[in-house]
Amino acid sequence: MTKEIIIAGFGGQGVVSSGIILGYAGLIEDKHVTFFPSYGAEMRGGTANCSVVISSEPVASPIVANPDIVVIMNEPSLARFEPTVKPQGLLFFNQTLITSRPKRKDITPIPVEANAIAEELGQGRIANMVMLGVMAKKTGLLKIETLKKAQRKRFIKADEEQLSLNDKALERGYALL
Amino acid sequence: MAEKRLMYGNHAVVEGVIAAGCRFFAGYPITPQNEIPELMSIRMNAIGGVFIQTESEIAAINMLFGAAAAGKRAMTSSSSPGISLMQEGISYIAGADMPVLVVNVIRGGPGLGNIAPAQSDYYQATRGGGHGDYFTITLAPNSGQDLFEFPKLAFELAEKYRNPALILADGLLGQMMEPVEFSYEPIDPKSLPEKEWALSGCKNRERRVVRSYDLKPGKLEEWNWRRLKKYEAIKKNEQRFEAIDCDDADLVVVAYGTCSRVSGAAVRMARVKGLKVGLLRPITLWPFPTDVLRDMSQRVENFLVVEMSCGQMIDDVKLATECRSKIHFHGRPGGGVPTPPEVFTKIEQALGGGR
Repeated sequence: MTKEIIIAGFGGQGVVSSGIILGYAGLIEDKHVTFFPSYGAEMRGGTANCSVVISSEPVASPIVANPDIVVIMNEPSLARFEPTVKPQGLLFFNQTLITSRPKRKDITPIPVEANAIAEELGQGRIANMVMLGVMAKKTGLLKIETLKKAQRKRFIKADEEQLSLNDKALERGYALL
Repeated sequence: MAEKRLMYGNHAVVEGVIAAGCRFFAGYPITPQNEIPELMSIRMNAIGGVFIQTESEIAAINMLFGAAAAGKRAMTSSSSPGISLMQEGISYIAGADMPVLVVNVIRGGPGLGNIAPAQSDYYQATRGGGHGDYFTITLAPNSGQDLFEFPKLAFELAEKYRNPALILADGLLGQMMEPVEFSYEPIDPKSLPEKEWALSGCKNRERRVVRSYDLKPGKLEEWNWRRLKKYEAIKKNEQRFEAIDCDDADLVVVAYGTCSRVSGAAVRMARVKGLKVGLLRPITLWPFPTDVLRDMSQRVENFLVVEMSCGQMIDDVKLATECRSKIHFHGRPGGGVPTPPEVFTKIEQALGGGR
């Protein structure tokens, strides 16, 4: 089993954090993982994406050309990454911020009101956690409990209030499907 | 087995260097290796080592020269333009036969270039790099685990042969996160044997001299011949490589570092399609694993060299295979990174158009 994932959005939407959380989660479940961020002269509000590979075998290439799964957080990323998804792949997209719709018929689009749900929970910036929850449920790739542990490894300096809110967002996402 | 930690490649270098018993770092910031000095400043402080952010790369490499002459394990890291600035110092260090470790996290070039991954400093690393007749031992990691383990290997080789050693990584290896196992017990610097040439104060003993020049007629020539013997020993003893699925291969992909990871995935794709394809990954770039390639070229008809450059290592592949095989090439210069499907397409083409 090898799953190649790309997460994309604006800088500040937690794209890189989501990738690292998946990396930690894979490691916790004793899988082989790689995480590679697109790095550059990036800034808050600019575009950001990262590639994550989770596999039962050692990962050959950390570079992902055609992902099995994409998680799209904003409009420009949909146009950029929809064409790259493998046939029969999964495309999760943040419906709250994306007005256009995926066009391909050979992939499965999964709309998520990520930002709306996050705002309802009290914090727009945890939309990425909602997306991770949905993804975990739909793919069965990682357990929800593992993701909760993983986010605590990522946000090692965060206070308990924030960490519990993150857990809630993961759970809400997980319960959506 | 030690616990695995998810780490950036750049951070794995820091832990590897410290576990190797090195307590001296001097360097100047440059992307995409800034996580090395950043973490090094914290870690060296915590364990009583030396961290110096120098005024320039030139200062850093000359501080390494001094620390090495004093008999201590010393390292610096930089990225391509910064490594160019260090070349004069590396040449002096090579001329004085001093062991140091230099890590180059390559970015796109030439000039200021960009901050994307590249392998365009291969010639510079494997042909000496600065002025004069010299070579530097050059290791090419392709994973976080290598980045942790190679500093120890580099120091051991550097000290065994009294020669500077390079680790040639790239922006992808530095910025990627992978699980890393701290696979050996950290070395206590105090447990390292004192070097018989170290400038440690000459009270009650003969004075020692470390220098890269001698103006007496014939002396420098003699030194160079002696150093050549050392280089020949390194070439004979230290060629390292990894060969995957090469035994029955009609085509062998030759790639190091990031390109060996991408090519590894392409080779898997080829095997699934029934193509007999293998991967040869040089681990030492200098000495280049010439012997294994020479042997392979007796029976392997095609080699495909994959590099993130316009083609530099391909020269060494050609020299090793001595015109016996067809040498194909796929390159991505200036920060371009090949993908597995891209390399797979080249494999099919090289084998005669998707047979």
